[in-house]
Amino acid sequence: MKKIEAIIKPFKLDDVKAALTGAGIVGMTVTEVRGFGRQKGHTEMYRGGEYTVDFLPKMKIEIVVPDSLADKVVSLVVGAARTGSIGDGKVFVEPLEEALRIRTGERGDNAV
Amino acid sequence: MKDLGSIARTMPWRIAVAVVVACLLAVGGWVFAQDKPPAPAAPAAPAAAPAPPPSKPDPAGTATGGIADVTAKTAGKPTLEEVADFAGHNRVSINLMWTLLTGFLVMFMQAGFALVETGFTRAKNVAHTMMMNFMIYAIGMTGYWIMGFALHMGGLGAISTMGGTGLLDSEFTISLFGKDFGLFGLKGFFLAGSTYDVAVFALFLFQMVFMDTAATIPTGAMAERWKFSSFVVFGFFLSMFSYPIFANWVWGGGWLSQLGKNFGLGHGHVDFAGSSVVHMVGGVTALAGAMVLGPRIGKYNKDGSANPIPGHNIPMGVLGCFILAFGWFGFNPGSTLAGSDLRISVIAVNTMLASASGAIFAMCYMWLKYGKPDPSMMVNGMLAGLVAITAPCGFVSSFWAFFIGAVSGVLVCWAAVFIETVMRVDDPVGAIAVHGVNGAWGVLSLGLFSDGSYGDGFNGVEGTVRGLFYGGASQFVAQIIGTVTCFVFIFGASWAFFKVYDVVFGMRVSPEVEMEGLDVPEMGVHGYPEIQGPATLVHAMGASMPKTPSMAMAPERSR
Repeated sequence: MKKIEAIIKPFKLDDVKAALTGAGIVGMTVTEVRGFGRQKGHTEMYRGGEYTVDFLPKMKIEIVVPDSLADKVVSLVVGAARTGSIGDGKVFVEPLEEALRIRTGERGDNAV
Repeated sequence: MKDLGSIARTMPWRIAVAVVVACLLAVGGWVFAQDKPPAPAAPAAPAAAPAPPPSKPDPAGTATGGIADVTAKTAGKPTLEEVADFAGHNRVSINLMWTLLTGFLVMFMQAGFALVETGFTRAKNVAHTMMMNFMIYAIGMTGYWIMGFALHMGGLGAISTMGGTGLLDSEFTISLFGKDFGLFGLKGFFLAGSTYDVAVFALFLFQMVFMDTAATIPTGAMAERWKFSSFVVFGFFLSMFSYPIFANWVWGGGWLSQLGKNFGLGHGHVDFAGSSVVHMVGGVTALAGAMVLGPRIGKYNKDGSANPIPGHNIPMGVLGCFILAFGWFGFNPGSTLAGSDLRISVIAVNTMLASASGAIFAMCYMWLKYGKPDPSMMVNGMLAGLVAITAPCGFVSSFWAFFIGAVSGVLVCWAAVFIETVMRVDDPVGAIAVHGVNGAWGVLSLGLFSDGSYGDGFNGVEGTVRGLFYGGASQFVAQIIGTVTCFVFIFGASWAFFKVYDVVFGMRVSPEVEMEGLDVPEMGVHGYPEIQGPATLVHAMGASMPKTPSMAMAPERSR
């Protein structure tokens, strides 16, 4: 199993979700997060004064899939989340040791 | 299945709802029962009186109200004296109604202030900021009833339009240069004794909501760091001392209003609806308070440069501004104290025009100077236009009204930045720039642009009110004297009050409280419990809810 973690622009969430559910992915977890990368925040104006917002709002999507699906999911996420401008986000893939469905006790690929 | 606890919780509500519904039905039934029989002839009419016209529906409204409705000994045949009596009563009725209704509109401005000030400050202080705006209504009213009104209006004398108030006849005066200088009134404490009178009560309501407007202005400039206990004491100080005394000088027959009669300076210091009496008093008090309190933590860097601290809810601020603009239709047109004074249409149009140009010019200024039309500054611009037109609204043409608003739209943006970056006074909502600076501009503009079409006999001086550009140079001098007096007296009195209070009791919350947000330390509750951080979330979702089996069993939607 692989855990795919994608940090994306908040307004791209619907596109990514549609792409994944359209490909048969049945579950994901979404968190509102803040952070910065090479973009380094941005400046805003309030009452004539400029200030920097260091931590920009982003969406974090976590998806767990069997190894065979991982590449497909990654390319779907990247395809749906890309705008081409700075701040599009990142995707991380890591191996996952175990998964367990709490209601039934199923384990492994059956649990995701 | 419901457990006993939840039944016990919901039962009283059901009983209460049942009782309310029963009462409504009972009242409704009674009202309709009264409605069923055709209305009998007026019981007061003697038997010899001609029969009243048969009642029939009047959908067009042209036949309703006529000679039969004039109160007369012989119904339908009033004497000339009875007609005149009735006309006088009618005129005063219209005027009292107008004064009360516009007073109700001004009361609602408290809601506007609450929303503007809370929207332009941070989420961690909402309960505190909101409650200052809420409680000033109750506290200010109480202080004003105890003695504020007496000091303010106790020596006013008769107001012809209201048919009464002649019993407010006791002004404390001193003699200078052979002239009387009225300082404060001495009648109407607790509205007791001879001031238990309909005209006096109407005047009280109208003047009370004006005082409350002044009192709620400093809460914006001093928000996010002011101890609530200190604010409560301040509410009594302003409503019982500082506001009533200055207001007496301008509106209660005091010395500023007599500058014309005593020294030939125009009509004395003229302030139609309160640019100086209400707004400048509020703004200057705000300045003194914000200076004594000092800036919020994090507002200024070590090198003295300022950091913007954005407000948490722009829609709230904009809604508040609209409520204020609506309330201003009470504030300015109501200040005739007479619905029979038809100048009210000019006043109402001048008021809205100045608010429009204030917002437009603030928008343009910010757009050109900083690249974006800042929402909070456009809100401040509209309010600044309203504040500025408040004094001259009764005396200027629509062109000058638009011009006065336009100047204030630019002035407020410039002044807000000046106060923040040069004077280094931290005013989170721009109260000093909006109310203090533009209040001064408003009374001065009256002395420039009043066109002589209105105000005959104002402050006991014959002739209409004319500004500098219409041959009234001395009126402008009176306006300058009033403006300077307002600043010196109000700043001095307020600064002394705040400073003494700060030294003796302390005005400011501790740095820890300020960093955490004032809501819980000062008020005991978060304004927004569910978005105030993870610790609060756990508390809100777990600890405070009863752990009953029925709650735990809430099933997921099954598929």
